[in-house]
Amino acid sequence: MNKTVNPKDLTSDDDVGPLYAARKKVYPQSVQGTFRRIKWGLMAFCLGVYYFLPFVRWNRGLGAPSQAVLIDLPNSRFYFFFIELWPQEVYYFTGLLIVAAVALFLMNSVGGRIWCGYLCPQTVWTDLFYAVERLIEGDRRERMKKDASTDPMKLERISEIVLKHSIWLLIAWWTGGAWVLYFNDAPTLVKELVTFQAPMIAYVWIGILTATTYVLAGYMREQVCTYMCPWPRIQAALTDEWALNVTYRYDRGEKRTSVKKAAELRALGEQVGDCVDCYQCVAVCPTGIDIRNGPQLECIQCGLCIDACDNVMAKIGRQKRLIGYDNDINIQRRQEGKAPIYRIVRPRTIAYSAIIAAVGGIMIYVLATRTLLDINVLHDRNPVAIKLSDGSIRNAYTARLLNKSGHDRVIAIDIDGPANATIHVVGADSVTPDRPMIVIPRDSTSELRLLVTAPAESNPEKSIPVHFHVTDIGLGEAASTIDNFVAP
Amino acid sequence: MTDHSEIDSVTGRATTGHEWDGIKELNTPLPRWWVICFYLTIVWSIGYWIVYPAWPLISSNTTGLFGYSSRADVAVELANLEKIRGDKMAALGAASLADIEKDPALLALARAKGKTVFGDNCAPCHGSGAAGAKGFPNLNDDDWLWGGTLDQIMQTIQFGARSGHAKTHEGQMLAFGKDGVLKPDEIVTVANYVRSLSGLSTRKGYDPAKGEKIFADNCVACHGDGGKGNQELGAPNLTDKIWLYGSDEATLIETISQGRAGVMPAWEGRLDPSTIKAMAVYVHSLGGGK
Ligand code: SF4
Ligand code: SF4
Repeated sequence: MNKTVNPKDLTSDDDVGPLYAARKKVYPQSVQGTFRRIKWGLMAFCLGVYYFLPFVRWNRGLGAPSQAVLIDLPNSRFYFFFIELWPQEVYYFTGLLIVAAVALFLMNSVGGRIWCGYLCPQTVWTDLFYAVERLIEGDRRERMKKDASTDPMKLERISEIVLKHSIWLLIAWWTGGAWVLYFNDAPTLVKELVTFQAPMIAYVWIGILTATTYVLAGYMREQVCTYMCPWPRIQAALTDEWALNVTYRYDRGEKRTSVKKAAELRALGEQVGDCVDCYQCVAVCPTGIDIRNGPQLECIQCGLCIDACDNVMAKIGRQKRLIGYDNDINIQRRQEGKAPIYRIVRPRTIAYSAIIAAVGGIMIYVLATRTLLDINVLHDRNPVAIKLSDGSIRNAYTARLLNKSGHDRVIAIDIDGPANATIHVVGADSVTPDRPMIVIPRDSTSELRLLVTAPAESNPEKSIPVHFHVTDIGLGEAASTIDNFVAP
Repeated sequence: MTDHSEIDSVTGRATTGHEWDGIKELNTPLPRWWVICFYLTIVWSIGYWIVYPAWPLISSNTTGLFGYSSRADVAVELANLEKIRGDKMAALGAASLADIEKDPALLALARAKGKTVFGDNCAPCHGSGAAGAKGFPNLNDDDWLWGGTLDQIMQTIQFGARSGHAKTHEGQMLAFGKDGVLKPDEIVTVANYVRSLSGLSTRKGYDPAKGEKIFADNCVACHGDGGKGNQELGAPNLTDKIWLYGSDEATLIETISQGRAGVMPAWEGRLDPSTIKAMAVYVHSLGGGK
């Protein structure tokens, strides 16, 4: 039977079995317990934040949007409570992405797929859709019976189905609707949406997100986690022997048998485990697997099987947590009769926490020291330096002045470079002796051409630094930058 | 199933019968929806091939069903751009040179437009950054043969210098040696005199009085008293630190012997008036403008 096949002999004819398999529908049963409560709580929190955040107001003064969280695409601005980001500041998002990725690693090294089981949008919405389904069509057994039934459809059944899909679509539509509110003033957009005055693109996006929510949470469900999401594969490579994963403690569970039989066998002095083979853990599993087969790719570690088994154990008076969050090392140790050990603080978690703290710290520092006035200067490359008729040397620069504040500013530009050097700004609005001034409208950038001239006698031998200072005449707010002054 | 497959004892699943180094492949069929999606993408791509221009032919390509072409798209975009720019360029054409420099928006537009047009038309002689070269003036500095005010720059661009245009700048450096006006030793003497005007060193044994006399007799008419130059005639200022052809003695002797008559083409007729205006503003804003 166990015939070895030489790869060279293989032809396509050797492929056997079906090319594809129909999906086996999963009918998770409802369950109560610690982890289910945590999941309800987190679901309420996540959905609450997602649906209502756009309506939170934030006063930024006249002319500025008063929405706490707003992605203003037409004006290329991002508002997050007291923070306003410009396109030049995308590095904050880079920082955020780094923190998010490392936080995922950290979660993973502490408690396995906490993200998958409790926080992932796919999990949250699927859970919500299951709740609706259960409310209308009943629990696992009822649903299975109804789906398997070959009776002609009764009005009651049809109305059930219609009701379920209507509620699903309603949730999906609200999900898509909330999405677009992040891109526009929410109350205004809601008004426009209901009066059909909103831009086409808003309706298109609501349509797309309604469809994806409905299909992914209503139909695809665990298939998304198993076949579409890359994280299970990545996670498998990131986990280690200390990570707490949902685990069936087979050292305690085997061999499985009924309560009655177990008592009999025990009396005979045979080794039996605590698992009574009731399949409750399988019945509640939203991905339809049997955790007792060991760690599996499909397991999103939602902890529902822990609750299910705990309930069984409580009923038959055995110790809880036959299934629990545990690590690989303890399975080994318990088999050897040693006490389990848990270690959350270890090099890996310290490293991840340090990275998060470092990147987060840098971001907070940069944010805290960020000015609403800024200047960037670029030295002209062609020509680098110009000799003037009186022998003095001039360097030209392209400057970008940023006024991120909500009011127009009068800005003076000073330099600090070669001795007696003067600055000229092409198109300056006014010039007091050697001090060009320029008006920058609120919330905008101005590109300026700066000419710095050093008299012949102070011509530098080599390139020397030159500082550019910009000062708001009214408020005194200042910014500066540095470049070089070179002789030909 | 053929006899290649077996049931894996650990998972209870069928294997495909493939085995390498003792590792057997479980038969895990793809989900049906996945396979359907895969086939749909194939169907979609075939549709795409037919609907859009795709297949290369010998000298062209299939044009697709709806006559779509990315080239036509670009043409439409460009036309739109022209339309948007049309108004702005009209505003540029209507404003006076001085007004353009005072209006930040117009200045930015003129500089941007001027820069590209300069790159296309002027860079071959003046360099892409307008830094010039030997015989071709650096437009960033403050030494202007024909004047560096906005109006003067514009005029030079429009009509050129020695370009043959009716309104062109005229005036040239005569060939004093070739035409036999000055003898070789006189040329050496006056060359040294010219160097002394801008504080450069002179050759040993050179007679300043003789140099001044030769200069007064032959050069003052164009270069003016003391060699300060004359922008009417495009005669350079000989007392400053900037030299179009070079300030060493050999170059000066060559200049005086052979004469100089660089040509700047007239751009009127080749570029439209508002473009010339933009270019004048651009050149002026390079920093050397008066
Ligand atoms: S095996 Fe348990 S933890 Fe894993 S997905 Fe199923 S119910 Fe959740
Ligand atoms: S719920 Fe607990 S007792 Fe029941 S089958 Fe699962 S592991 Fe065994």
